[in-house]
Amino acid sequence: MRIGIIFMALLCLAGISTMHAAERELTVGFVYVSPVGDAGWSHAHDQGRLALEEMPGVKTAFVEAVAEGPDSERVIQTMARRGYDIIFATSFGYMDPMLKVAGQFPNTVFMHCSGFKTAANMGNYFGRIYQARYLSGMVAGAMTTSNVIGYVAAYPIPEVIRGINAFTLGAQTMNPDVTVRVVWTKTWYDPAMEKEAAKSLLDAGADVIAQHQDSPGPQEAAQQQGVYSIGYNTDMSRFAPEAHLTAPVWNWAPYYQQVVQRVQDGTWQASSDWLGMAEGIVDLAPFGPMVPQEVQDRVLAAKEQIIRGEKKIFSGPINNQQGDEKVADGVILPDTDLLGMKWFVQGVVGTTE
Amino acid sequence: MTPEVLIPLLAAAVISGTPILYATLGAMFSEKSGVLNLGVEGVMLTGCLTGFLVAKASGNPILAFGAAGLAGALTASLHGLVCLVFQGNQVVSGLALTLLGTGVANYFGTAFVGQAAPGFAPFPIPWLADIPGIGPVLFNHDPLVYLSYVLPPLFWLFFSHTRFGLNLRATGEFPGAAAAAGINAIAYRWAGVLVGGFFMGLGGAYLSLAYTHLWTNNLTAGRGWIAVALVIFSFWRPGRAVFGAYLFGGIMALQLRLQAFGTTLPSSLLLMLPYVLTVAVLVFSSLHNKKTGAPAALGVNIEPRD
Repeated sequence: MRIGIIFMALLCLAGISTMHAAERELTVGFVYVSPVGDAGWSHAHDQGRLALEEMPGVKTAFVEAVAEGPDSERVIQTMARRGYDIIFATSFGYMDPMLKVAGQFPNTVFMHCSGFKTAANMGNYFGRIYQARYLSGMVAGAMTTSNVIGYVAAYPIPEVIRGINAFTLGAQTMNPDVTVRVVWTKTWYDPAMEKEAAKSLLDAGADVIAQHQDSPGPQEAAQQQGVYSIGYNTDMSRFAPEAHLTAPVWNWAPYYQQVVQRVQDGTWQASSDWLGMAEGIVDLAPFGPMVPQEVQDRVLAAKEQIIRGEKKIFSGPINNQQGDEKVADGVILPDTDLLGMKWFVQGVVGTTE
Repeated sequence: MTPEVLIPLLAAAVISGTPILYATLGAMFSEKSGVLNLGVEGVMLTGCLTGFLVAKASGNPILAFGAAGLAGALTASLHGLVCLVFQGNQVVSGLALTLLGTGVANYFGTAFVGQAAPGFAPFPIPWLADIPGIGPVLFNHDPLVYLSYVLPPLFWLFFSHTRFGLNLRATGEFPGAAAAAGINAIAYRWAGVLVGGFFMGLGGAYLSLAYTHLWTNNLTAGRGWIAVALVIFSFWRPGRAVFGAYLFGGIMALQLRLQAFGTTLPSSLLLMLPYVLTVAVLVFSSLHNKKTGAPAALGVNIEPRD
């Protein structure tokens, strides 16, 4: 009898341990460039991390406000050394440090956001936020009465330029006379500077403020002046309830869950993923109550077309700022051109320098 | 430039110049007593964070503004401790204060990044705000800007027409003679350090209570250093400090507006303008170094009497 009980207990233990082997306990680390409470870029990634916590057999951890460069290498290395199974680094400047650490820890999965380098155990990923920017541009184009939209932007890099172009093309479908004025702040996160930049655009006649920054500073300026704004990263309506029309937003949860699932199943392979609206990675925040129903309907119809793949944002004819044809009629700009975009479409006022 | 462009630009110059003005006056006060405080940036940041936290906790911006000043004075008291009690090097202590203040504000502030707190809102002064031209430029701001209008004349009166102010300056010019005349030089220097720190803290609080209501680390973004340069530029005169602060505020506002109005100049060059101006100001001032009005004993510690 007693031997029987011990035998049963042993069987149970064995059962538990085999269960563990089947569903390996994974530790997933995240490295963020800014604090997670910022309502912006890192906050969006952290929402994805929290979704991973829901998965069985997955533990997560994060380090916030990690400076790009040597600091990030130290943080990524520490995570790898502690035996984390997957490490997500979510800023462009983490690319080379991560590549270096990836070479030292071949059994760890490294995932880098927004870069272009890969290794056998390092993949990269990004989202086609320009699709959502196109839609937010449609809303802005419909709501402006001065036909001037202000755009507070961080750095003149292809990612930002692509977003401004898509936004402008979207605005022009609703209002062909619209111009988009761009002010560069050369910072990702400086609410004071971003607010001042938005005010300068308001002085230049803009009555809708869009942005590619990580803070709601521009939203604050728009709210104070009583004009509309388009947010970014997450739904920023709580910072400017009367001004917030909508916002292109990130939704990393489905992608992060997919990556972790693949690692759990042992099917993960390094790749470059550039996912869009169809995969649910980028989306549009809920419309503010001031956006008329017919505008909402047109935007949502365009969103459906993008999801079904019937509508490509950068399909010709597209002219550049000087009015010269850059994309011929019927041509769809390939991804390589999108990734290296250094020119503005017609209707944008500003320089790419 | 048309008035429609010029007036918002000048109004923005006043707003951007106000935190610099507070900090410049604070640094000037400290230096008048003979204590060079290069820690303006760090003192501003502790004031900036304290103002934000108190406003968030109490919902009372006036209380927060006062608390920020006290936090500034408290931070500056470390500088007083090093320089007035232990006879430490003022330059080194000031630099250390910048590092310490920045570090402390980042350490306690990181948890609040992106959060908002109540603060001061624009309050147009009735009648004055309706004057064409001057009204929108000067009288359509928040109360802290109006307060900053009153300070430079008060500082001038204080430095040149009050016994306390004259004693303070004597301590900065020639502490030995001041002591011989029966002035407690160390006490006056303490007053200079603490009151100076108070106004630097207010300058920081302007950024988190009025300029924007959102917290982020390093909100001062180098404005403390501009204040240090402006004290030299202003030849230690409060009136010229106003001119210098608004000049810098104007340059900061101008470069963004040039972009908004569609200039073809590269934005990197425009963003350099305030810093290029800082260097130019220091070069200009050092060319006149004969009669700048720098306190003669600035940066020189008072040796303890045996």
